[in-house]
Amino acid sequence: MRVAMNVNGEEVGAEVEPRMLLVHFLRDELGLTGTHWGCDTSNCGTCVVWMDGEPVKSCTVLAAMASGRDVRTVEGLEQGTQLDPVQEGFMQEHGLQCGFCTPGMMMTARWLLDHNPDPSEAEIREAISGQICRCTGYENIVRAIRWAAAHQPAKEVAS
Amino acid sequence: MQTPAPFEYEHASSVDEALALLERHGPETRLVAGGHSLLPMMKLRLARPERLVDVNDLTDLAYVRREGDQIAIGALTRHAQLASSPLLASLYPIFQDAERVIADPVVRNRGTIGGSLCQGDPAEDLSAVVATLGGSLKIRSRTGERVVAARDFYLGPYETQVGPAEMVTEVVIPIRPGAGSAYEKVERRPGDWAIAAVGCFLTVSGGVIADCGIGLAAVGAPGLPALEAEAALRGRPAGEEAYAAAAQMAAAHCRPQTDQRGPAEYKRDLVAELTRRALRRAAARVMAGGA
Ligand SMILES: Cc1cc2nc3c(=O)[nH]c(=O)nc-3n(C[C@H](O)[C@H](O)[C@H](O)COP(=O)(O)OP(=O)(O)OC[C@H]3O[C@@H](n4cnc5c(N)ncnc54)[C@H](O)[C@@H]3O)c2cc1C
Ligand code: FES
Ligand code: FES
Repeated sequence: MRVAMNVNGEEVGAEVEPRMLLVHFLRDELGLTGTHWGCDTSNCGTCVVWMDGEPVKSCTVLAAMASGRDVRTVEGLEQGTQLDPVQEGFMQEHGLQCGFCTPGMMMTARWLLDHNPDPSEAEIREAISGQICRCTGYENIVRAIRWAAAHQPAKEVAS
Repeated sequence: MQTPAPFEYEHASSVDEALALLERHGPETRLVAGGHSLLPMMKLRLARPERLVDVNDLTDLAYVRREGDQIAIGALTRHAQLASSPLLASLYPIFQDAERVIADPVVRNRGTIGGSLCQGDPAEDLSAVVATLGGSLKIRSRTGERVVAARDFYLGPYETQVGPAEMVTEVVIPIRPGAGSAYEKVERRPGDWAIAAVGCFLTVSGGVIADCGIGLAAVGAPGLPALEAEAALRGRPAGEEAYAAAAQMAAAHCRPQTDQRGPAEYKRDLVAELTRRALRRAAARVMAGGA
């Protein structure tokens, strides 16, 4: 079947089997390998992307279910040559070790900060509670998100 | 790599279209809502439908609203919406208690109340909440609509009253002014299914329990109501003595099984303790004006 969606601001489409999962569509059809794929069972959260502005586990969404919707992946975080403060925060605070969980963590972090610009540590931990860091670097992930909260770029004011 | 076996896929743009597709293609066709129970089952070949009918475009079935003396919840309402509904927070905080411990925030962006109830998993939390509150489900088919009490909805694990060409469209909860409610769950780690969980509501009049409901998760049928415990509470003064009696009844009448989440006897003890805690919390909320 034909699926078409907007990924990181670009219209993309492909002929796929209905059973293709969104994570594989992004990685294998579009070559966007920033989105990782780990447990396959909706438990680890490394596959988190946004669909219509909300974080979802892309191993548990069919590409067909994302057809006609807006998808944002970790590749869509940086603006031009400017890293998102969340990406910057992971660098500054050593928020990754092997980096496997990082794309999912960053997508959830970006969503959290968009909705709660100054989250407490408890709120950050709750937000990422469906995501597993195999390197168990949670302390630094929380610090990285706190760093990003403290270094938000000035938001353009919508008129 | 886990991928479902091949299937056909269609979008429905209305309830009528979804029902027509279900009828035309027969019992090997399944609705998919959030897909967070069905797709994992399909990956494991525990479910193998030939065709999926995607109902995610039916956004007019995503609502929580007051209709007279009832709350109406559309079948496509997602966990995240239930968790943030001011109406549910003020009338039935049991929903927020439960939503805080169902899966994780990202899963809660997708899973729906319709899918949760229709999955019929014995450990499913919303089944226990809706059974606790004596809610009911509106089930539509091409020939009409019927209303089934949540407490009669389950025929067994993973088996409900919904026929192959039917769809749940709405969940209805009676409003009880001044009621207090609560949900208590113990899980192995955040986001996991319950080892055991207990939901309850209470209304109190002149210090005496006028009406109540208790629903259990993970210790028997989906949404198992604790009928004997409810009977033990009605007409008794609200307080520790009544809660202890109810806790004992709930523990005696639940049907836990020993599994990887723990031995049956432990779960029984847990049901007693969680019943006491849920009743205390619900009673405190009655005093505080039901909120
Ligand atoms: C990692 C993880 C952890 C979880 N933890 C918990 C937990 O702790 N507690 C808990 O309660 N749940 C938990 N869940 C389940 C979660 O809440 C699911 O979202 C929910 O059970 C199913 O909702 P859904 O919309 O995704 O249903 P789907 O998967 O889309 O559908 C489930 C079933 O219901 C049918 N169906 C769906 N909608 C309708 C309808 N309107 N009418 C008729 N039939 C319908 C489908 O055909 C299918 O058979 C967890 C899920 C995951 C992935
Ligand atoms: S790969 Fe999707 S949650 Fe682990
Ligand atoms: S950095 Fe290795 S899994 Fe998180």
